[in-house]
Amino acid sequence: MRSTVKPLRKTGTEIDFHAYPDAQGRFGDYGGVYVAETLIAPLHELTETYLRLRDDPAFQAELERDLKHYVGRPSPIYHAARLSREVGGARILLKREDLNHTGAHKINNTVGQAMVAKRMGKTRIIAETGAGQHGVASATVAARLGLQCVVYMGETDIARQAINVYRMKLLGAAVVPVSAGSKTLKDALNEALRDWVTNVRDTFYIIGTVAGPHPYPMMVRDFNAVVGREARAQMLDEYGRLPDAITACVGGGSNAIGLFHAFLNDRDVRIVGAEAAGEGIASGHHAASLAAGRPGVLHGNRTYVLCDDDGQITETHSISAGLDYPGVGPEHAFLKDAGRAQYVGVTDAEAMQAFHLLARTEGILAALESAHAVAQAVRLARELPRDGIVLCNLSGRGDKDVHTIAAREGITL
Amino acid sequence: MSVHSLSPAFPTAAARMNRIDQRFAELKAAGRTGLIPFVTAGDPRADIESNLAVLRALVDAGADLVELGMPFSDPMADGPAIQRASERALARRVGLTRVLEIVRAFRAGDARTPLVLMGYLNPIEIRGVAGFADEAAAAGVDGLLLVDAPQDDEALLALLQDRRLHLIRLVAPTTGPERMRALARRAGGFLYFVSMAGTTGAARVDAGAIEAQVVALRHMAPVPVAVGFGIKDAESARAVAHCADAVVIGSALVDHLARAADAAEAAQLAAQFIAPIRTALDARQAA
Ligand SMILES: Cc1ncc(COP(=O)(O)O)c(C=O)c1O
Repeated sequence: MRSTVKPLRKTGTEIDFHAYPDAQGRFGDYGGVYVAETLIAPLHELTETYLRLRDDPAFQAELERDLKHYVGRPSPIYHAARLSREVGGARILLKREDLNHTGAHKINNTVGQAMVAKRMGKTRIIAETGAGQHGVASATVAARLGLQCVVYMGETDIARQAINVYRMKLLGAAVVPVSAGSKTLKDALNEALRDWVTNVRDTFYIIGTVAGPHPYPMMVRDFNAVVGREARAQMLDEYGRLPDAITACVGGGSNAIGLFHAFLNDRDVRIVGAEAAGEGIASGHHAASLAAGRPGVLHGNRTYVLCDDDGQITETHSISAGLDYPGVGPEHAFLKDAGRAQYVGVTDAEAMQAFHLLARTEGILAALESAHAVAQAVRLARELPRDGIVLCNLSGRGDKDVHTIAAREGITL
Repeated sequence: MSVHSLSPAFPTAAARMNRIDQRFAELKAAGRTGLIPFVTAGDPRADIESNLAVLRALVDAGADLVELGMPFSDPMADGPAIQRASERALARRVGLTRVLEIVRAFRAGDARTPLVLMGYLNPIEIRGVAGFADEAAAAGVDGLLLVDAPQDDEALLALLQDRRLHLIRLVAPTTGPERMRALARRAGGFLYFVSMAGTTGAARVDAGAIEAQVVALRHMAPVPVAVGFGIKDAESARAVAHCADAVVIGSALVDHLARAADAAEAAQLAAQFIAPIRTALDARQAA
């Protein structure tokens, strides 16, 4: 009883999407290593170490134990029945990453990278953060392993994610405000790279998304791929079939590739990423790098970027700090060009609407990032017949966004 | 006719000989240490005249080669001084077009001083690498130092060589011996040894700590070795000159120029900054 809806383009059917990146860290034309010479050797060492640990049964067993007992995995796939009924289309299932310890998918990655850091003998962890979820997830694992933790965060994001800033401090991390450029995620990433290049001997940089130079896009993907692996098995187990379409929000792209990866070679599963269209792509105030950007080089890899004709990276806008980024993971750039995944924009207003719809029908407050995915799931459900299934990654919970939402709606708390 | 269309007529060795090679040959013959100041294009002022005044003042005060920074919105390898210079230049809309205008104006009055453009890859990628290399060569650029470009990118290298542009390679304290040899073997123009793991404008260089690596690199390299990062004044320049063919000085100069109110003051500040360093380097050589 498969749905008749198929991917828009069926090019690249011969590609094995699980064979990427290559040894140079390339996903087709994208990815690679575009960094200052000082970081070449440390990245090489990290790549070697990670590839060894990836094949080490003891490492994988420890990771699995931590994901189960500390993070709380597996997360369920939940049939949002009232939401589906209200939308009036296919069934919408939510992969509940919001139920993880610390409230988002980000912890899947930080637990893994912290284990790598520990094995490399590093004593200090640094991270960049936008929404603060990755900062919280980094501070969390640092506290657990007794490592020093410094989190870089743009001043704009510090203002709109105050709760997460305080959470990081409670966890013992130092939060360093970044006042350069647009004062958001990209500037925090620049500053973390500067710290890393300076303190590379004792410091491990936990990048929070599938961006940065190789091996980060691969390593962060691998640690988040548990989301899609679980979800695919749960689909077969509980529904006896794969979903017709899967969707996730795309900031840097870690929760999205986490869900997508296990399904990449299932050609009948349509894959759609939801980027932040902000006030609308036409307004220029958005963060839709894949939908509206062009190939370039940013933060150590070749990917789609938002920049002007002089190659200067442009300021982005999104209501959600976690999507407010002018680049995107190189694997998504590759999947877009290969036609395997589609990337579409969801505006601030559409995300807000989806946030309220989910809260009202299901009793779930989604993170504003995840609300973009919910909005896209609603669109897909409307296109599909009633017996169809849309699987949506609910990447995080909305507690951190309560103040932003209240302010937008003119309410002082 | 573009430089590019001429290039097939040049044999390989001649094609790689440009103003940078000539200048270092002169320095070697004279037993002098090269002095390489860095300034960001469009800073402290955006107009061509001010930029020209600074570059000329640097040369008149004893610079042997000038590095001109191409402003970029996300200079991830730079410290606060050059970040701010980039931000100031971009706020005045100084991009690659203006950078090339500045080079053309400089070259019109100075046919001999080598000029290297330094920056990040994205602006060049967006403009088109081959087209930019054509424009740069035609404007009178002699080398490109691209912080985040892969240093073993053969396509990029071939494209620059075709236009008699050197790709200036960097070697860092973290660079292992094998890679160091490979970079040295392929080097053109000069090698830039980064004196410390960090961003530009960080701590003062510890000349003693880098000496062994610089000496080893000079043995391996068919080209001269310049040392940069952490050189702030005459004293630190002289300490590094002990083991290097040239010294690069950037952030401290950029900070010094920032307060200039007009072209004349910028030129005066540039000369005032460079002159004592020149004197110190020459005194060392005479001693
Ligand atoms: C809940 C949540 N979802 C999504 C994102 C976006 O990141 P990515 O695209 O890497 O999943 C963030 C980032 O902070 C987040 O906190």
